[in-house]
Amino acid sequence: MANSNHTTRRTVLGLAGGAAVLVIVRPADATPAMLQAAIRNVVGEANVRTGKVKLDIPPLVENGNTVPMTVSVTSPMTTDEYVKSIHVFNEKNPQPNIGNFYLGPRAGRAQISTRIRLADSQKVTAIARLSDDTFWSATADVVVTLAACTEEAI
Amino acid sequence: MRIAACIALLTAMAGAALATEIPRSERRSGYGFMSADTKAMQDEDTANPGMLFVLDGEALWTRKAGTADKACADCHNDARVSMKGVAAHYPAFEKALGRPVDLEGRINLCRTNHQHASPFAYESRELLALTAYVAQQSRGMPIAAGDDPELAPFVEKGHALFTQRQGQLNLGCANCHDDNWDKKLAGSAITQGQPTGYPLYRLEWQSLGSLQRRLRACITGIRAQAYDYGSPELVALELYLMSRARGMPIETPAVRP
Amino acid sequence: MPSALINVPAKAKRGSVIEIKTLMSHIMETGYRHTASGDAVPRDIITSFTCRFNGTEIFRADLYPAIAANPFITFFTTVNESGKFEFEWIGDKGFSETAQASITVE
Repeated sequence: MANSNHTTRRTVLGLAGGAAVLVIVRPADATPAMLQAAIRNVVGEANVRTGKVKLDIPPLVENGNTVPMTVSVTSPMTTDEYVKSIHVFNEKNPQPNIGNFYLGPRAGRAQISTRIRLADSQKVTAIARLSDDTFWSATADVVVTLAACTEEAI
Repeated sequence: MRIAACIALLTAMAGAALATEIPRSERRSGYGFMSADTKAMQDEDTANPGMLFVLDGEALWTRKAGTADKACADCHNDARVSMKGVAAHYPAFEKALGRPVDLEGRINLCRTNHQHASPFAYESRELLALTAYVAQQSRGMPIAAGDDPELAPFVEKGHALFTQRQGQLNLGCANCHDDNWDKKLAGSAITQGQPTGYPLYRLEWQSLGSLQRRLRACITGIRAQAYDYGSPELVALELYLMSRARGMPIETPAVRP
Repeated sequence: MPSALINVPAKAKRGSVIEIKTLMSHIMETGYRHTASGDAVPRDIITSFTCRFNGTEIFRADLYPAIAANPFITFFTTVNESGKFEFEWIGDKGFSETAQASITVE
C-alpha cells in the first residue's frame, strides 16, 4: 500500500525540483468563500463568537504532513451545560474541513487531539457547539516550513 | 526561489573545511534536534505510528511462510528473548557471502535459506514491519556494530563513501553531517546522521522507512545517482554509520520530521 | 492486516474522567494527488470513527483528507461502571475495522 504512495510522491517531487516539496497536489486552494461555506454548513445563520475554545497547535511545524493539534473547550460538562461538538477547519488545503468531533455530557472533559495535514502556512479554526446551541471559536496561525532535503525518487 | 537558496547554502558548505569526525562526547541522535511535539510522538508507544508496524511485525513473526512452512518463531522462538540486542550488531559479516548484510538482508536470507520463501521487496510493509519488530527488541541498548575484524575493510569502504564528494552539488555526506551538523539548511536542522532509530517513521514519508531509503534520498538530494537498494555501497554506508554511532542507544521505531 | 493501538486504563475509580487514545493504520490517501501519467489517485480515507461503551455511543468523529496518515484520535469519557469499549473505523473502499478494550471500575 505504501508503494502506490511513493509512485505519486515521485511525480510531485519531480515537479518541485526535489529541493522543496509540495505536500499535497491541489487543483486550487480552499478559498475563503469555501471556508465560509463550510463553516455556514455547520453553524447555519448562528453568530460565532470568539472565546471558550482553546486551539493548541504548534505555530511553526517541521512537516505539514503530520501536525499535532488539541482543541479544548471551557465547559462544566454537566447534563445541563456541555459541549455537543467540535469542528475544525483550515484556510488553504484543497478542502476546508479537517474533522468533526461529537461528544456529550459524559465526556467529562471537552478536549480532543488528533494530527492533521496542512498544505501550506495558514489559519486553522476550531468551532465548538455548546448545549445551548451557541457557537464559540478560536483561530491559530501555523507556519509550515518546507524540508530542505526531501525525497525525489524511491 | 527556495530551491535557489538551498543550492546557494549547499555550495557555501562545499567550500568549508574538510571533514573532521564528531568527538564522542558531542554525538547527538536526531531526536535531540526535534521539536517537543515530534519528540512526544516518539516517546509514547500509543502515539508513535511506528508501533503499528512493530505490531504487524509481531504478527508476521509467528506466520508460517514458504515451502518449508516455517515461521520465524519456529526457529527463533520468542523474539523478545532471542532477538534482544541482535539489531545492535547489524550490519554483520555473513561468512557464506563474504560480505556484510544489514538486518533487512538477514531477514531475507532467512526467508530464502530457511523458509524457502521469496525475499520481501525492499521497503515493503512486510520487510519494514519484521525489521522494526526485531530492532525494537534492542530498544535502549547501545549500538555495537562493526567490531568484527572481518568487517574492517567494509567499514573503511563506508567511511570513504561517506567523505567522497559526488553529484552535481559535489558534496559528500561528511560535508553536512560531520562539518555542519550544528547549523540549519533552509528551515531544517542538519543532523549528525546517526542511524539510531531505523526503521523509523518520518512525518515526511507518512510511513516507516529504512536507513537505505534515507541514504538514497540524501544522495538524490546532492544530485547524485543513488545506489540501488541492497547494493554493497549502501550496506557499507549503513555499516560505517552504525559503527560511527557505536554506544548510542537504539530508538527503533524512532520518529523524525 | 491493519493494526490499531488503543490506550485505555485497565482500571479506574467510579465517576472518574479517563483519556482514551487511538491510533489506526491507514494511508489516508487524499484524492488530490496524481500519478506520473497524470491520473488522479483515488481518495482512500477513513471517513468515520466511533467509540461505544457497553453498546452506547460516547464519541464519534467525521474525518476528512486533512487528517494525517495513521489517524491518531484522543478524547475523554466518564466511567461509571465496568465494561467494554468498542471502536469502529469506517472508510472508502469498504474499509471497516473494529477494536475493543475493557475497563474495570472500582
